[in-house]
Amino acid sequence: MTVPPGPAPTIVLVGHGMVGQRFLEALAERGLTATHRVVVLCEEPRPAYDRVQLTSYFSGRTPEELSLTDKEFIKEHGIELHVGDPAEAVDRAARRVTARSGLVVDYDVLVLATGSSPFVPPVPNRDATGCFVYRTIEDVLAIEDYARSGARVGAVVGGGLLGLEAAGALKGLGLDTHIVEFAPRLMPVQVDEAGGAALLRTVEGMGLTVHTGTGTQEIVTGADGAVTGMKLSDGSEIATDLVVFSAGVRPRDQLARDCGLAVGERGGVTVDAQCRTVTDPRVFAIGECAQAVDGRVYGLVAPGYEMAETAAATIAADEAAFTGADLSTKLKLLGVDVASFGDAHGTAEDCLDVVYSDSRAGLYKKLVVGRDGTLLGGILVGDAEAYGTLRALTGSVPPVPPEQLVLPAGAGAPAQLGPSALPDEAIVCSCHNVTKGTIRAAVTDHRCTTVPEVKKCTKAGTGCGSCVKVLTQLVNDELEASGVEVDKGLCGCFAQTRQELYETVLALRITSYQDLLDRYGREEARGGDGCEICKPAVASIIASLAPSIGADGHVLDGEQAALQDTNDHFLANLQKNGSYSVVPRIPGGEISPEKLIVLGEIARDFGLYTKITGGQRIDMFGARVEQLPLIWARLVDAGFESGHAYGKALRTVKSCVGSTWCRYGVQDSVRMAIDLELRYRGLRSPHKLKAAVSGCQRECAEARSKDFGVIATAGGWNLYVGGNGGATPRHADLLAQDLSDAELVRLIDRFLMFYIRTADRLERTSAWLERIEGGLDHVRDVVVHDSLGICDELEELMRAHVAHYRDEWAETVNDPEKLARFVSFVNAPDTPDPLVRFVPERDQIKPDLPLLSIGVRPLEEALEGSTQR
Amino acid sequence: MTLAPEITDLKVQLRLDGEDSSWLTVCDLSALAVPGRGVAALLPDGRQAALFRDRDGRLYAVDNRDPFTGAAVLSRGLTGTHRGRPFVASPLLKQRFDLESGQCLDDESVRITAYEVRVA
Ligand code: SRM
Ligand SMILES: Cc1cc2nc3c(=O)[nH]c(=O)nc-3n(C[C@H](O)[C@H](O)[C@H](O)COP(=O)(O)OP(=O)(O)OC[C@H]3O[C@@H](n4cnc5c(N)ncnc54)[C@H](O)[C@@H]3O)c2cc1C
Ligand code: SF4
Ligand code: FES
Repeated sequence: MTVPPGPAPTIVLVGHGMVGQRFLEALAERGLTATHRVVVLCEEPRPAYDRVQLTSYFSGRTPEELSLTDKEFIKEHGIELHVGDPAEAVDRAARRVTARSGLVVDYDVLVLATGSSPFVPPVPNRDATGCFVYRTIEDVLAIEDYARSGARVGAVVGGGLLGLEAAGALKGLGLDTHIVEFAPRLMPVQVDEAGGAALLRTVEGMGLTVHTGTGTQEIVTGADGAVTGMKLSDGSEIATDLVVFSAGVRPRDQLARDCGLAVGERGGVTVDAQCRTVTDPRVFAIGECAQAVDGRVYGLVAPGYEMAETAAATIAADEAAFTGADLSTKLKLLGVDVASFGDAHGTAEDCLDVVYSDSRAGLYKKLVVGRDGTLLGGILVGDAEAYGTLRALTGSVPPVPPEQLVLPAGAGAPAQLGPSALPDEAIVCSCHNVTKGTIRAAVTDHRCTTVPEVKKCTKAGTGCGSCVKVLTQLVNDELEASGVEVDKGLCGCFAQTRQELYETVLALRITSYQDLLDRYGREEARGGDGCEICKPAVASIIASLAPSIGADGHVLDGEQAALQDTNDHFLANLQKNGSYSVVPRIPGGEISPEKLIVLGEIARDFGLYTKITGGQRIDMFGARVEQLPLIWARLVDAGFESGHAYGKALRTVKSCVGSTWCRYGVQDSVRMAIDLELRYRGLRSPHKLKAAVSGCQRECAEARSKDFGVIATAGGWNLYVGGNGGATPRHADLLAQDLSDAELVRLIDRFLMFYIRTADRLERTSAWLERIEGGLDHVRDVVVHDSLGICDELEELMRAHVAHYRDEWAETVNDPEKLARFVSFVNAPDTPDPLVRFVPERDQIKPDLPLLSIGVRPLEEALEGSTQR
Repeated sequence: MTLAPEITDLKVQLRLDGEDSSWLTVCDLSALAVPGRGVAALLPDGRQAALFRDRDGRLYAVDNRDPFTGAAVLSRGLTGTHRGRPFVASPLLKQRFDLESGQCLDDESVRITAYEVRVA
């Protein structure tokens, strides 16, 4: 190691927000972290996270998942990160920063990235309990906490981008939500009057109350000092339990002011084109706290990133400049697409508007076009599909007349103008300034063959994500053009996706895997034995369709037996030492004392380890293969059925105790859970299916974490879909409200069959819902409004499934041929596997794991040992 | 399940390593009637073998013990063809093993015993 002469020069970064983090990455990319000591003062209690995605917290993203900071990165680059320790003073003469903890750091270069703070209008009682702002994870946690402690109504001050985000969050928390906006329309900065009107209709259609053209005059509080309402400037008053101020932001430039740095008239540290402060060449300011050389303070992340790059390049003595950025944005606010780009408000001289508007559908699209046909900018509300292409075309004359760019497909528009029409110089990713040419080169020159590779290589798509769609299309086009086939196939044996195979099996009534492989498999796989991926996937397709295509439904019959994973094959779950677990179905989690006693007796007699599962039933572990039929004979006798814990099939429908006993319950959730579990038991699907029914909004059954969740209302049932626990939790989305019993069942029938038909292998409903084009709205169109005209068919498939359900274990214990496989050894049917042994723990058993690492035991000892457990 | 009559009384035999002429009769061929579904056999010294038959009727035998977990479960894995060669995937953590050579396809450094098998 070489020791640099003298101490390394020090760069101090104040503020570890989105732009600050980006700056650190830019330093590292330029090798400056190796030559400099880098010290970061971070005010918030956690390192940089994705503020843009803040609202996704309410759809289940955890603070950890929002993090932008990789611990490895910080460590690897030797960055000294001080979390929860803001800078309090800067002494520019001494080049010294003092932090709150008393830490003092001398700097050679100081970079301010302190962001903004929310603006709270000076109305009386604005500090009352129940008043919040919306900027940090801590804000969001506080709002959630307060809302959950009994709030019913919430009001947001401000109807701009952030206001609508906040309103979406309150709505997500189940509050009746008001939005108060001083301007005459929503999102006054981004959209024009007509766009605002389209947005208003859609937002009101979602049940939010919007008050435009009126200001907040006073927060009203009760005797305890907490918010009870809000007085508006038009004289009206709203009763509300909670207020979120979201009326704009102000640059955080106090630290800069205090040390004598020049700031703009409306705030923001004044910097030059290199992002150096105009006052002191050793100090830089980037992101929302800076006033750029064009006199603007940018409140978006993409220009901030560009400033971060510029400052890092300048420190590395490279040429770079930030002279301004456009304010293009695409957002999904409350589920509505809103985008504006370029000269959205048509301020250029002599420009013309091309407008398409359909207020019924909440659509509004406007393009601003110059006299010579140059696309200057535009606004899209309700459908921003074309945003990526249009933004990239801005500044050029589009290859087709502008009106065709805004008409919806089917209304006279020609085929959609795809990204292939873009010139190579067009910027596809504006967060990272990546052109179409660079993306193409990533495929042709750098040999990237997948979208993730291209993202890594070019950084495109790794910012706000709004360009990923166009990016994906470009990459696929380029791959196809260069002769690389984009392989979406299920596995090495089939070039089709799971959905395509499903359609083939259904349409041609194919009931045999081998037949499917030999006729539709990849050339090289035909005639072979397939693989461990497609066998269970095809087995599952055939099993879900069995009654409709005339296949035998039992998973142990004929060829089916060879396709199933070992769990399905032995109708039990394989454990780490080769023993199995047994999970009988306990529908809805309801069980009589007699049945509990039976379970206890069986577990005792066979010496099984017994545990209550997370799915409201009882799991018995440690059965050897040859014991399974004996155990199940007794279970079947006592009226138990297979719980399909081993299958990609319906697992449990959890219930809460509901209106029968619970003082809050409004419907009989136990009965509904049992009905649903019995209806869908045995249904094979692309991945396991879980469900729950709660008797009221308190949600004790955790229905929103399930593939389908039902929550009782005074008027019936709300149906939520696409929830998930596990590794990537997701709260289920509301599909339909206030359903009767029959309506509920019909919708679930359709939903499940549509999922089974279109999902990928091992794709839970949550991932499926996120992936399929059109997402929840599309699924709602298909299963609620029957937009594809397939609902009759879906219902028929489910009817067939329900009518043909048979208990797999009851059939197995009564079929000697099926029972024959339940032996440890084909040549010694009475000998148990000598490696399956147990040792005691907490009055029960656990696998003898050390034995497994020894491997072989002399046979005599093994046989002796096997008589005792 | 229907069996072709001609295979019902044939026996599957496995050659134990070392002794040249020692073929151990393990089971009837009919026990392997469903191609791709294996069985386990207990060997005289306490070891175990996993036996399979592919759809063309070829037989394979490898050690039954999954070297990654220690459990004797390979006979319960799914089989397949990878680049024209037969394999079994462990039902526990899914590593694949070439049925002819015993070589693990997912970890070069691991190989399990493969036995010679014949029908007699
Ligand atoms: C037994 C049980 C744990 C327990 O002792 O409580 C369990 C045990 C297993 N879980 Fe689980 N899960 C059990 C409840 C859950 C729950 C809670 C729930 O259902 O309310 C979850 C989160 C909810 C969810 O799925 O959304 C859960 C999320 C998972 C996941 C992650 C799924 C995901 O989408 O991320 C896996 C892995 C997978 O399926 O790919 C998994 C896989 C497994 C497997 C099958 C792993 C395996 O292949 O060996 C375990 C074997 C069970 C066995 O041998 O019997 N288990 N597992 C629970 C059985 C419930 C039942 O009665 O059927
Ligand atoms: C809910 C929400 C949604 C948004 N959506 C979008 C969007 O869709 N698109 C878009 O482009 N932009 C969006 N934005 C704006 C975007 O988040 C900001 O432009 C971006 O975060 C600016 O980055 P920054 O680093 O300049 O500021 P910040 O991310 O705010 O980081 C500044 C950091 O500096 C810290 N700090 C301040 N003073 C000190 C001090 N003295 N010492 C130490 N640390 C200090 C602060 O605590 C903060 O952590 C959204 C913002 C919010 C709140
Ligand atoms: S969800 Fe409601 S009805 Fe069910 S137990 Fe909880 S409080 Fe009672
Ligand atoms: S435009 Fe934001 S990531 Fe590409």
